[in-house]
Amino acid sequence: MNQPNEITMHLDHSLSARGASIPPETSDPVFTLDNVSVLYGDYSAIRNVTLPIGRNEITAFIGPSGCGKSTLLRSFNRMNDLIPGAHLTGTVAYHGTDIYGPNVDPIEVRRKVGMVFQKPNVFPKSIYENVAYGPKVNGAKGNLDDLVEECLSRAALWNEVKDDLKKSAYALSGGQQQRLVIARCIAVKPEVILMDEPCASLDPLATAKIEDLMVELASDYTIIIVTHNMQQAARVSDRTAFFTAELDDNGIRHGRLVEFGRTRELFSSPTDPRTEDYISGRFG
Amino acid sequence: MWLLFVSLAIGVFTLVVLLTYVTIKGWPRLDIRLFTNMPSVRDPENAGAQSAITGTLWVISFTALVALPTGVMAALYLEEFARPNSRSQRFIEVNIQNLAAVPSIVYGILGLAVFARALALGQSVITAALTLALLVLPVIIISTREALRAVPRNIRDGSLALGATEWQTAYRQTLPAAIPGIATGTILALSRAIGEAAPLLLLGAVSFITFNPDGVLSDYTTLPIQIFNWTKDSREEFQVLAAATIVVLLLILLAMNFVAIWIRNKTQKRW
Repeated sequence: MNQPNEITMHLDHSLSARGASIPPETSDPVFTLDNVSVLYGDYSAIRNVTLPIGRNEITAFIGPSGCGKSTLLRSFNRMNDLIPGAHLTGTVAYHGTDIYGPNVDPIEVRRKVGMVFQKPNVFPKSIYENVAYGPKVNGAKGNLDDLVEECLSRAALWNEVKDDLKKSAYALSGGQQQRLVIARCIAVKPEVILMDEPCASLDPLATAKIEDLMVELASDYTIIIVTHNMQQAARVSDRTAFFTAELDDNGIRHGRLVEFGRTRELFSSPTDPRTEDYISGRFG
Repeated sequence: MWLLFVSLAIGVFTLVVLLTYVTIKGWPRLDIRLFTNMPSVRDPENAGAQSAITGTLWVISFTALVALPTGVMAALYLEEFARPNSRSQRFIEVNIQNLAAVPSIVYGILGLAVFARALALGQSVITAALTLALLVLPVIIISTREALRAVPRNIRDGSLALGATEWQTAYRQTLPAAIPGIATGTILALSRAIGEAAPLLLLGAVSFITFNPDGVLSDYTTLPIQIFNWTKDSREEFQVLAAATIVVLLLILLAMNFVAIWIRNKTQKRW
């Protein structure tokens, strides 16, 4: 009976720890989205998004299903490129460079912008090899033991797995697997980490651990998280973007950015009635 | 309900009768001489099938050596790199399905024309191996593609999101994850090739041969050919010898299928 309370207290603490120091304007954006739309063939999943992503901040994307927030997230590391027929209009500027520009290699983008997926997708290899894989494909040579330990420690997993590094990653629990995916992600030393509903398949305790870890990682990394869980967005994020699905004149559904701002303000005094309806649970 | 059961019973019953019959009939000769002695026309009492056993091993090894890498690479290309659902892709797909259904004797004719005659490889181990490789290639391609397709999309995504190239993702993640499926499919395909007699008859596998192959250009015989040859002979001793050899061939095939099933069960439910 104690567990839920413990978690809540834990998270309240982390919220208050982060809430204080956030400037109202994003002064030093890592990413700047300008009028971005993502299309699958002729169908636009999300339209006309303009949005800055602040350095070392946690930005949450919230909104009902089908509002295009995951699609938008996947445009930050060009993962949408892998879907036949997908293309993007507008500019996604990373430190001022359009990552969809003609001379940009998507491989390079993905090294700088890591990703954690909804379902923990550990590789069918050992725990050690999961973490070492990223550096290896990026040309790392020699002994990676120190790096593996550092990344697993950073992902708050080292103490649980240090004696089992050769064991299959499938032997880990869902929460541990997700932390392993985070360790694997930071092993290639990205600047940004994208998280696509990272806790969707986890129990509350495992979720609390991941949330703690996110707050902890935000000191070194810029994090963008897509979540269906508004409490989670409120707990961990510095800024929140609220998206919704709208019908256009032709009756076609597409995603729209409704409101973007500091998480505290967006949740306490939303300016758009749609945001208010959503966060008060009247819609979605 | 009953009809279904009877249908099943007919199949199983036939197999059991066949196995029992050849085992009983071949029993007197199911001994070490079968493996240590060479075939003989004059001395059926002491004749063995050693040259056929080694010939089979030679031929099937080279078949695997040619068909496995070719088939896996073709499947890898089709599954991971080719543009899906393009016209050329669909055309190739239909063709591979059709090739898998082509009777083996047709491959024999092809092998005779191309490998034996045009490439002047003659009646050799390598001619047989190349022909059988063509025969099993479609099956290997199809089963490898299925194995690759069974690897979840999110494994590929995870690799690509770390900055791996598509090629690195294919050979470091997707291919290793698909190996159990590939192994199963390949073993089943090769066990089909082991049992083949028709194309090899055309290719001039020598049915009476008293030495083991000593190279890829050597003459050879294989178990099905040896069995075929002995069953043609009217002398009772050779009939017994043929039955014994059939048992050996069936045991090899059953063992291969068993290994395939074992690999499949061992690696089930990984995702």
